[in-house]
Amino acid sequence: MLTLTHFLVLGAILFSISLAGVFINRKNVIILLMCVELMLLAVNTNFIAFSHFLGDTAGQVFVFFILTVAAAEAAIGLAILVVLFRNKRTINVEELDTLKG
Amino acid sequence: METIVFYVFSAFMILSALMVITVHNPVRAAFFLVLTFFSSAAVWLLLEAEFLAIILIIVYVGAVMVLFLFVVMMLDVNLAELKKGFVKNLPLAVIVALAMFAMIFMVVGGEQFGVQNFAVPERHAADYSNVSALGQLLYTEYVYSFEIAAVILLVGIVAAISLTLRRRPNTRHQKVEDQVAVKGADRLRVVKVESQPRKHTIDNAEVKK
Repeated sequence: MLTLTHFLVLGAILFSISLAGVFINRKNVIILLMCVELMLLAVNTNFIAFSHFLGDTAGQVFVFFILTVAAAEAAIGLAILVVLFRNKRTINVEELDTLKG
Repeated sequence: METIVFYVFSAFMILSALMVITVHNPVRAAFFLVLTFFSSAAVWLLLEAEFLAIILIIVYVGAVMVLFLFVVMMLDVNLAELKKGFVKNLPLAVIVALAMFAMIFMVVGGEQFGVQNFAVPERHAADYSNVSALGQLLYTEYVYSFEIAAVILLVGIVAAISLTLRRRPNTRHQKVEDQVAVKGADRLRVVKVESQPRKHTIDNAEVKK
């Protein structure tokens, strides 16, 4: 029988994997963006699990909005990436030090 | 039966998520991310979120991941350069991920979210429509948020286009506004020319003399 814990643990595993991905692929901005998408997926899974087990559809509405914002974020992030590559010919995070941060 | 489906798709999800973060080629990573989204849509179907499962496949797999693939193929990336710190960062990544998972598991793993506190809800009847339930909530209680979401998407479009738009000075292109605004006088000039005798006829007359 499937309990709420099953789905929450699945979300936790997915979130941890994507966190590890951020550390492993520190230089490749494309993979970093993919890891952020994975994190959002884990959070959305939690939202939907709670929505189902609490019998409240509002959780699904939140997932709807998260998907909207994530789509806009991916579009703008990739546009920035394209402009970055056009100007500097690299997407290596360590070479993007113009701001001396 | 449901438990088997859940474990199969969860296993797919976790394995493909692991592949996303470990494969060297970003194109393959994008495809494994597609697989992750697919299996996660199946898990969402188990939770009776049919509309969101479909949206996940249509919007995410159909639009966002295709955008990722386009960008990956447009950029000519030096992969060997980007993979240098892979092994060096691996132990740190494993430690951080395990710590993160342990912390979340301490909260969600115990009996707080077990069956006693959260009973497994009854399945909805076959004629239950998830779409209409979601739509009724979305267009009444959350209608302002819905409109803000639409504005965010509009801002996303405008930002993405204006960021990547590039003006090249040397390309030849039509200027439609100039073409429409053109007047007859701009194209045709009538020049008054004085009449004069042809030169070669004069030459012939002189030869005959």
